[in-house]
Amino acid sequence: MSDKKPTPKLDELETGPWPSFVREMKRAAETSPMAEGLLGVVELSYEDRVGHWKHGGVVGVRGYGAGVIGRYSDVPEQFPDVAQFHTMRVNHPAGWFYKTDALRKICDIWERHGSGLTNLHGATGDVILLGTKTEELEPAFEELTENGFDLGGSGSVIRTPSCCVGPARCEWACFDTLALTYDLTRHFQDEIHRPSLPYKFKIKASGCPNDCVAAIARADLSVIGTWRDAIEVDEAALADYVRAGVDVRRDVCDLCPSRCLTWDDKTLTIDNAACARCMHCINVLPKALRPGRERGACLLIGGKAPIVSGAMLSSVLVPFMKIEPPYTELKELIGKILELWADEGKNRERVGEFIQRVGLGSFLEAIGLEPRPEMVKHPRENPYVFYEEYFEEEPK
Amino acid sequence: MSTPVTVEQVADAMFRMISDAAGVRKLKPTDVTKAVIEQFGADRCSKETCKEAIRQLVDSGRCIYTYFGGSYIELPQREIAE
Repeated sequence: MSDKKPTPKLDELETGPWPSFVREMKRAAETSPMAEGLLGVVELSYEDRVGHWKHGGVVGVRGYGAGVIGRYSDVPEQFPDVAQFHTMRVNHPAGWFYKTDALRKICDIWERHGSGLTNLHGATGDVILLGTKTEELEPAFEELTENGFDLGGSGSVIRTPSCCVGPARCEWACFDTLALTYDLTRHFQDEIHRPSLPYKFKIKASGCPNDCVAAIARADLSVIGTWRDAIEVDEAALADYVRAGVDVRRDVCDLCPSRCLTWDDKTLTIDNAACARCMHCINVLPKALRPGRERGACLLIGGKAPIVSGAMLSSVLVPFMKIEPPYTELKELIGKILELWADEGKNRERVGEFIQRVGLGSFLEAIGLEPRPEMVKHPRENPYVFYEEYFEEEPK
Repeated sequence: MSTPVTVEQVADAMFRMISDAAGVRKLKPTDVTKAVIEQFGADRCSKETCKEAIRQLVDSGRCIYTYFGGSYIELPQREIAE
């Protein structure tokens, strides 16, 4: 570009053997004035030690209230090419599998209509297309939809559901995460594209308790694969591990959080009733131990990263649910949760915060679930489900 | 049994609310939904009708979605954040 501005601070970030976002931005800037402008704004931010973006404003393409995040520079006169630098979110395929030609199509579209810079993937999981002008939103959307892509969620909507690779690549998947994610995405199209909730609502599915998508920490509703019968043991494979020098007592039994495993130098005994389904023993002895055959998922609710009132991990909502098409039970439960929260939730109050405010007991009653022992995090220490029959009337 | 209001009637009522609130208060889709249900009565106006009305308002271009820390429904303006 002809009017390249010096970027000494960014240049420093290019030094070293590691990949650098600056290098990629400079490469994009060879053909994209927006990427060139972005380099200037970022350099200025390093100098001033403040961000130079205003967030929000007109969002969406015609009919949608989600999928586009408005960004405006507060120094448009200095960098007119990035006066507007909107981000588009593209709904990712379940498990983030792409054919190479799909990625080429996305990149070609974005070079025509945006800065050419992408971010695979955002925290929600969508393909993030960084930087375009307002007048390019509709044409970009049109080309994306012509090629089979849709926008994802942003704002006060159900965010694009995401999942681990599940049975496609992992032997521990206790349900088909890909099929569920695809089905939920189709079922909740309106709620993904048209804001109708107090704030964001994230659904993430992990095939097993290893929780590779960190649903427990990042999703308002986590669907985490589990089983309810006994862990399967292959005695011959276990003997192979022992012969190979694995210390079953030290590496497996002593590290079991619920101490449900015992080893007498010959036999591994599992108290399945006490098992917390943490996957530790299966991860250490993958050839000898397997999840049980009666598989489904544990539903948890309320996880979030810190924004309004700090980070929260999800709590158990349904200890075990079969996750099979057409997923009626799960969809009905999500529908009840959304309806209650949309009616009673405050502006920008995540569902976990809402539950804390109204109390888990009231929440469960409103959505028609019975309290379960698995919902209590610390028995006899901080019980937040109260049973009225245990309270005696004060003597008069 | 009371006569249900039409989607068009609900859309018009929502549009009036949004116009009246313009520049004073930002309204979320849930705010206008609750308000019109209260106005017409739950026996005449369902959440589904409200959803359809919002869809009609936005698809026709009478209203747009905006985002300022949360999602709102407003009258169309050019480059609100500028």
